[in-house]
Amino acid sequence: MDCSTSSNVPGEGYCHQAVHLEEGMALECGVHIAPLEIAYRTYGKLSQARDNAILICHALTGDQYVAEPHPFTGKPGWWSRMVGPGLPIDTDRFFVICSNVLGGCMGSTGPRSICAETGKPWATEFPPITMHDIVAAQAKLIDHLGVGRLFAVIGGSMGGMQVTTWAADFPERVFAAMPIATSPFHSAQNIAFNEVSRQAIFADPQWHDGHYRDFDAIPARGLAVARMMAHITYLSEEALSRKFGRRVRRDGATAQPAASSPSLFGEMFEVESYLRHQGSTFVRRFDANSYLTITRAMDYFDLAAEHDGDLASPFRSSETRFCVVSFSSDWLFPTSQSRLLVRALNRAGANVSFVEIDSDRGHDAFLLDEPDFDRTITGFLNGAAEHAGLKAGQI
Amino acid sequence: MRVDQRLIAEMIEPRSRVLDVGSGDGALIEHLFRTRACDARGIEINMQDVTQSVAHGLPVMHGDADHDLAYYPDDTFDYVVLQRTLQAVERPREVLRQMLRIGRHVIVSFPNFGYWKLRLQLLTSGRMPMTAVWNTPWYITPNIHPCTIRDFLALCEEEGYVIERWLAIDEGGAKAPWRRSIRLANIFGEQAMFMLHKGSASIR
Repeated sequence: MDCSTSSNVPGEGYCHQAVHLEEGMALECGVHIAPLEIAYRTYGKLSQARDNAILICHALTGDQYVAEPHPFTGKPGWWSRMVGPGLPIDTDRFFVICSNVLGGCMGSTGPRSICAETGKPWATEFPPITMHDIVAAQAKLIDHLGVGRLFAVIGGSMGGMQVTTWAADFPERVFAAMPIATSPFHSAQNIAFNEVSRQAIFADPQWHDGHYRDFDAIPARGLAVARMMAHITYLSEEALSRKFGRRVRRDGATAQPAASSPSLFGEMFEVESYLRHQGSTFVRRFDANSYLTITRAMDYFDLAAEHDGDLASPFRSSETRFCVVSFSSDWLFPTSQSRLLVRALNRAGANVSFVEIDSDRGHDAFLLDEPDFDRTITGFLNGAAEHAGLKAGQI
Repeated sequence: MRVDQRLIAEMIEPRSRVLDVGSGDGALIEHLFRTRACDARGIEINMQDVTQSVAHGLPVMHGDADHDLAYYPDDTFDYVVLQRTLQAVERPREVLRQMLRIGRHVIVSFPNFGYWKLRLQLLTSGRMPMTAVWNTPWYITPNIHPCTIRDFLALCEEEGYVIERWLAIDEGGAKAPWRRSIRLANIFGEQAMFMLHKGSASIR
């Protein structure tokens, strides 16, 4: 990534910590992409035996800043309540790695990177990628960091798809795997939601067929609508009712001045205001082409289909210890889909724990304060560490 | 750990693969892992127990005997254990079949409905018996398939299962002294424990 450019495009010009691999990598679609840049952050210390590394895989719009303030937004890391000293994923004990996914926009090779052949940004010409590609790129980072076997791979939502893919593609490199609030395939409903998000982006006049950068523009409106729609799917009816109910905002810039005639949108429901805020902050940190690339990778994800419909097949003879977690009110990745994975792991004879956490906060619950979930992660990691022969306590 | 769980643990060879169906708080699988180096896993229907077990580092999954055993391949385990739950499952015969399909040995315990106190209560009061073991009224009891020791034996015979060991246990879970006679055990044994394997006739 060119760190010297100054630009008004979000994230442009910031120098993310990254590994640069000149040889690049071959993608599943047949394209060889080079060079390859994988941006990442690490926390804690790798033990002498190199046996305490945990890879955290982020969700669709997450990034590598899992446990520290985000360099652009200044907000705390997206899982800073879970990852840190003395927390369930304890950085006093474990060496935690989190990388920006291939196709992302926080420093890893993606649609914003320069295509070596054309000398111009890839934009919509960026090749289609899959979960296998995303994981293969992470494996190159892990090689670079000198870690052979990961003690654990943990991730929620799309991060969980990566966890499952890691366990399928590199079983000998994953001692413990924790797929959270996820599914072994992307459902028709979820593909449908993604499609609405994408159409919102395409419909933005600033889209310019994906070459918005050439016009010094971003399809902010379309991307914001995409985010607003997606954000609803991350919550639940109970959570929205509790948080906003039918409350109306009558103050502030959004309300109309004391008009003589009543206006249809003279007042605004709090939930509307909340979604608009979610949309507008999102476009400041995320790239539309990355959104398209990554949502497509999710849509293509179907582990069973790659194995003649047998989801157990990639896990046969796997020594990995699994802990599958779902949330009772998650309707984007419902418990039934986690159970499919669990039953496939049973068919494969794998060692699997499975917990459905009781929560009314929908899919986002995995990012929120859920004490039972914290206890599950702590306990599973402790149990796995004992089986792996990791020393207890600090390293 | 309950006394009858200790009896179960003693029946299990060290270093074997064990599935505890209805693992509760996980006491048995933890004991088997710590003292017998077993690869012991659990299935539990109560989510609080599951969370507590996993939070304790034990490999336990949410599920139940009626619906989740079918997903394991044949002979996955050396032992499959079902403690005090056979009378509460939807289809006891099918659950036993599944257990014997996925495990080489099955250890099953259940409260004996032929116990003399139950017989006496039914005879004298004419109402469904209530004891420390059978402690819920008929309209809310989870124990929908009560059986006696002799009923269970008859089922094993019908299904062609070989009884490797059996014993009667009292309410506290200790061994009761009715080991010679099934007939006496069926009267004086409050609970029963069996270890079974498939007979050659039942291997299809």
